[in-house]
Amino acid sequence: MFEYLFGPFLHYGFMQRALLGSLILSISCAPVGVFLMLRRMSLTGDAMSHAILPGAALGFLFFGLEIIPMTIGGLLIGLLVALGSGLVSRFTVQKEDASMAAFYLISLAIGVLIVSWRGSSVDLMHVLFGSVLALNDAALGLIVGVALTTYIVLLLFWRGLVAECLDPLFLRSVSRIGGPVHLLFLVLVVLNLVGGFQALGTLLSVGLMMLPAAGARFWSNDVRSLCLIAVAIAMASSVCGLLLSYHASMPSGPAIICIAGAFYLFSALVGRRGVLANLFVSGRHKTA
Amino acid sequence: MNDFCLEFQNFTLGYQGHAAVHHLSGSVARGSLTAIAGANGSGKSTLLKGIAGILKPISGSCAAHINRLAYLPQQSELDRTFPARVIDLVALGFWQRRGLLGRITLQDRAELTKCLGAVGLEGFEKRPLDSLSGGQMQRALFARTMLQDADLILLDEPFNAVDARTIADLVMLVKGWTAEGRTVLCVLHDHVLVREHFPQTLLLARKLVSWGPTPDVMTAANLMRARGFQEAWDERSGWCEERLAPDGHGHCHPIIDKREQAVAAHV
Repeated sequence: MFEYLFGPFLHYGFMQRALLGSLILSISCAPVGVFLMLRRMSLTGDAMSHAILPGAALGFLFFGLEIIPMTIGGLLIGLLVALGSGLVSRFTVQKEDASMAAFYLISLAIGVLIVSWRGSSVDLMHVLFGSVLALNDAALGLIVGVALTTYIVLLLFWRGLVAECLDPLFLRSVSRIGGPVHLLFLVLVVLNLVGGFQALGTLLSVGLMMLPAAGARFWSNDVRSLCLIAVAIAMASSVCGLLLSYHASMPSGPAIICIAGAFYLFSALVGRRGVLANLFVSGRHKTA
Repeated sequence: MNDFCLEFQNFTLGYQGHAAVHHLSGSVARGSLTAIAGANGSGKSTLLKGIAGILKPISGSCAAHINRLAYLPQQSELDRTFPARVIDLVALGFWQRRGLLGRITLQDRAELTKCLGAVGLEGFEKRPLDSLSGGQMQRALFARTMLQDADLILLDEPFNAVDARTIADLVMLVKGWTAEGRTVLCVLHDHVLVREHFPQTLLLARKLVSWGPTPDVMTAANLMRARGFQEAWDERSGWCEERLAPDGHGHCHPIIDKREQAVAAHV
C-alpha cells in the first residue's frame, strides 16, 4: 500500500517534478478560479485557454518545442485578448462575455492557421494537452514565478477584487481602481493558464482552475474559505491524478482533471450546499 | 469654501446625444436637505449620476465643494449571491478613508457596529448577504453610506421596498446627517414624505420646473407642469442651440416660461 501510494514519487525524478509542479500550480490556480466563478466568468478561463494558442504556436514556429518562447508568446497574446475584451466591455455597452467570445475566436482561428501552416498534428496535440511528466527546470521555474506573482497580487488587491465583484458601481463611486483591478485580474488568469499549459496543456489547465473552485462552492459561503477549499481539492486532485496516471498508464493531464471532476460531482451531490442537502430539507429549525 | 456645497452651471446630462437633464443652473446650500421630485424619466437619477461623476456632462459644469461624496444608487449592481457577510458589505464604506490596503482598526469595527445599530441591524454582522430581505439590504446599504462619513450624500429612491416603520427610522437618520452639517439630496416619489420632511425640493421634468422651499415648489400648478413633458426621445427634434444663445431663452424649451426661468435663476 505504502509502495503503491508513495513509491512512484520516491523512485522517479520525473514523478517528483510532476508532483511539485502540479501542487504549486494547484495553489496558484485555485483562488483565481474562485474569483472567476464568483464573477460569473467561469467560461472565460476556457476561452482564454484557447486564446493563448496563437502565441504558443508562434513561439513554436520560430523556436520549436521550447518552453520559454512558447510561454512568452502565449502570455503576450493572452494579455492582448484579455485587454482587448476588457476594454471593449468597459467602454461600450457590450458585456464581457460577448467581447471575450469575439476576441478569443479571432485568436483561436489565427492560432489554428499558424499551427497548420507549419508543424504536424502531433505537435498541436502536445500544445493542447501538454505533459506534466516532461516538466523541466525552466517550466518549474515558470510555475513558481506565476504562483508568487499570483499571491502577491491577490494579497495586495484582495479588498479591491472583493469590492469589484460585490458592488462594482459602488467601487466606481468611491475609487478609480475598479478598472485596473479588473484588468490585473485578467492578467492573473492568463499567467496561470500559461503556467499550466506546459504541465497540463491549454485545454486542461483551465480544468485545474475551475473544477476545484466550482466544487468548493458547495461547501462554503465565504470567499476566504472557498479559496482554501479549492486549493485543497486541486492539490488532492493533483496527487491522486498523478498516481492514477502512473499505475493505469494514463496521460497525466486528463487523469488529474478527471479526479478534480470526481471531486466536483461528489461535492455537488453531498456538499453542505449541494443537491442532496437541498432536496432533503430537515424539518428541524431554530425558533429565532 | 463658501456655504454652497454644489453649484450647477448650465449642467446638461444625457445619453446618446439626447438630453435627460437640460441646462440646470443653481446651487445647493451646505447642510441642506433637498428632495428631488419628478415623474418617471424626468432625469432625477441621471442628475445624481452626473453629480456623482459617473456620467459625464454633455455641457455645463457641476462644481462640488466637498471632501467626500456618498452615493446610494437606485438599482445597485450589488451581487447578492456573492459569498459575503453583512459586515463585508458595510465595511466597503471605509474605502474612502482606508483605501485598498489600510487596516480596519478596532475603532473602525466599533463604528461599524454603531452604524448597524443605527439602522436597526444589531447582531447582523455575520449574516450572509443572500439571507437578507430587500428592506434589510436597504438598511445595510444605509449603514454603509453612514460609514462613508461623506459631506455630500446622494440617495436615489432609498425607501423603495422599505416598510413604514423603517422609513420613519431612516428619515430620522437622514435628518441627523443634515444636522451634522452634511448635505443630502434624495430622489423621492412619495410627495407626502417630501412635504413632511424635506425643507427644499427640486422639481424636474427633463429640465428644471421649480426649485426652492418645498411649500413653494410642490404646488398643484408646478406638479401639473412637471407631468406634461415629452418622455419619449424624438430623433427629429432639432439640436438644442442654447450654447449659441447664452441668454438662456432657447427655442427648445417650450414648457418653461420666462417667469419660471426667473425663479430657477434665483434659487
